[in-house]
Amino acid sequence: MPLITLRDLYKTYHLGEVEVQVLRGISLDIAQGELVALMGASGSGKSTLMNILGCLDHPTTGEYWLEGRDVSGLSARERARVRKTTIGFVFQSFNLLARTTAVENVMMPLTYSADTLSTRDMQQRASALLQRVGLGDRLEHLPSQLSGGQQQRVAIARALVNRPRLLLADEPTGNLDSRTSEEILRMFQALNQAEGISIILVTHDSSVAQHARRIIQIHDGLVVEGAGPEAPLTTGSATPRGTA
Amino acid sequence: MKYYRTFKTALRGLRRNVLRAALTTLGIVIGVGAVIAMMEIGNGSSIAVQRTIASMGANNLMILPGTAASGGVSFGAGSVMTLTPQDADALAQNASAVGSVAPVVRARTQVVYGNRNWVPMAIYGTTPAYLQVRDWTTLAEGEAFTEREVRNASKVCLIGATLVRELFGGDSPVGKEIRIQNVAFTVIGVLERKGANMMGTDQDDVILAPWTTIKYRVTGASLANPNQSSTTTDPNAVNTLNQLYPVTQQSLYPVPSSAEQADTPQPVRFANVDQIIAAARSAPQIPAAIQQITTLLRERHHLRPGADDDFNIRDMTEITKAMTSTTELMTTLLLCVAMISLVVGGVGIMNIMLVSVTERTREIGLRMAVGAEPRDILRQFLLEAVVLCLLGGAVGILLGRSSAYLVTSLLHWPTAASVGAMITAVAVSASVGVVFGYYPAWKASRLDPIEALRYE
Repeated sequence: MPLITLRDLYKTYHLGEVEVQVLRGISLDIAQGELVALMGASGSGKSTLMNILGCLDHPTTGEYWLEGRDVSGLSARERARVRKTTIGFVFQSFNLLARTTAVENVMMPLTYSADTLSTRDMQQRASALLQRVGLGDRLEHLPSQLSGGQQQRVAIARALVNRPRLLLADEPTGNLDSRTSEEILRMFQALNQAEGISIILVTHDSSVAQHARRIIQIHDGLVVEGAGPEAPLTTGSATPRGTA
Repeated sequence: MKYYRTFKTALRGLRRNVLRAALTTLGIVIGVGAVIAMMEIGNGSSIAVQRTIASMGANNLMILPGTAASGGVSFGAGSVMTLTPQDADALAQNASAVGSVAPVVRARTQVVYGNRNWVPMAIYGTTPAYLQVRDWTTLAEGEAFTEREVRNASKVCLIGATLVRELFGGDSPVGKEIRIQNVAFTVIGVLERKGANMMGTDQDDVILAPWTTIKYRVTGASLANPNQSSTTTDPNAVNTLNQLYPVTQQSLYPVPSSAEQADTPQPVRFANVDQIIAAARSAPQIPAAIQQITTLLRERHHLRPGADDDFNIRDMTEITKAMTSTTELMTTLLLCVAMISLVVGGVGIMNIMLVSVTERTREIGLRMAVGAEPRDILRQFLLEAVVLCLLGGAVGILLGRSSAYLVTSLLHWPTAASVGAMITAVAVSASVGVVFGYYPAWKASRLDPIEALRYE
């Protein structure tokens, strides 16, 4: 079963009288365990696509199947539930809570998703993840005491704390120097290989996109390259469920 | 568990900007503090005012003997003798709404000390309870007579400030002897100045003595001749005025012979009092006290159902009304002040919460992106506002109590702690938090996560 199936996805914004078509019929498949780069110039619609993929927004028309479930028509509350169970986000600007320690930042999503977990379990899970991203000795540090790369690693740990199947990284290296970028991208590759987490890297930088095994090019709201699943990684049928 | 988590999140949110949280709460702190301080000072002065009004006799009930009527001619209140000192004792013991009771025997006659004389407005024969009834227990000098002196009909008396002036010219009268109708009384105490009553009568122009002494030694002939004023002295005594104004009263009716008396037996009462004065325990208990006194006296006087009362009870409706309306006015006034300051505080909370929501738009977007539902966000911000208000309320209570304490110790104003005010303050500050925190919280929960994440 593919992780993501998009069929004829349209997104139209209404700016007063003017209708702006941002996505104009996107169809693509991403299998479980893929590391994909979503590339496109600014204004190409890649951010809009990422928002829809991340269940932050819904398409105007078209189908979006996530793990075999049609999520295109869900309400805001149902989308929030999908986000907390399935998707992790990494942002360009890290978005860590200021004046809050690394562990507490990583624990934050659990407040909304894991009611049954005790505070100690939450702390254990968070510190294990921070160790995993190489920050085991900086658990109690505040974001202001961490370098950019370290902050992004805290953000990655936070994205992983809900054990998502899909990690969406929006320009994860945009605010980092090239050496740190390399480290972060290596970490994504390692996570993808070791844990089998599907990762979508949204970027306009082709050197970043090179780290992915497959590149999807978006131009003017259309997929121009790489719509199909990557042959070596797909397991089982390549045809998505529910479509002929 | 969920609420506890949210509570912790809210607390953490507040802790990230302690100074601003503190400044925000200041509105509520001052509001609640002002309310508490006002309530305590107000309560104190209200109690003081009530006490003052009570000392004017607002709680007092006068029980007077009933009216005699003959052939359609009424002789007015007090024209029959139906009240006894035992009635007073029974009231004191059995009527729960009645605080204290004293029988009163009146006399009006000349008082002599040395070469001065004076006719006081009132000479009351009574018991020590009279001072409690009239709220007059503090004496300017000396001490009150006792129950034992009442039983012994001791010749002791307390005199009012006017008598001190008129008879003693301001000298200390304690231990001196004055003569009331040629009976020598030792002055054992001086009543504190009370001034004129509401009708303008000088209340200090009074002598208090045991009722037994007044009854048996001073007005011994009162049953035979109730008109005290006309028999100021023994007509046989040496007094040149006797020739000018004959005071001997001629009997209108022939004295009944012993045979006639035996034929028409009269119920024998050993002692009557002119009136009984009672104090209800508090102003609201006055109706209950009247009810109990009526029931008890009817029973004691063996009145059949349907028969008229052989006594009258009077209360001080006018003064009581003044008292309750004063208290009500004060309470309402304070409540208004309280409400205004709390609303101002609440607007402050709303203002800062709105700023906080705007400032934390990205944080809200992030929380939504990681899976917070709109109602999670709503709950978090609402709880932040409520926690802020409750903390403010708690600090405000401390502030209010300590300022009330300062007012008491520095200005010597009376204050009274009010638990009700504290509970109200906490409840009101929590509801201020909910009411004024709801709009910002709702606004936060309606944010679009995409826009919120992009917000700079």
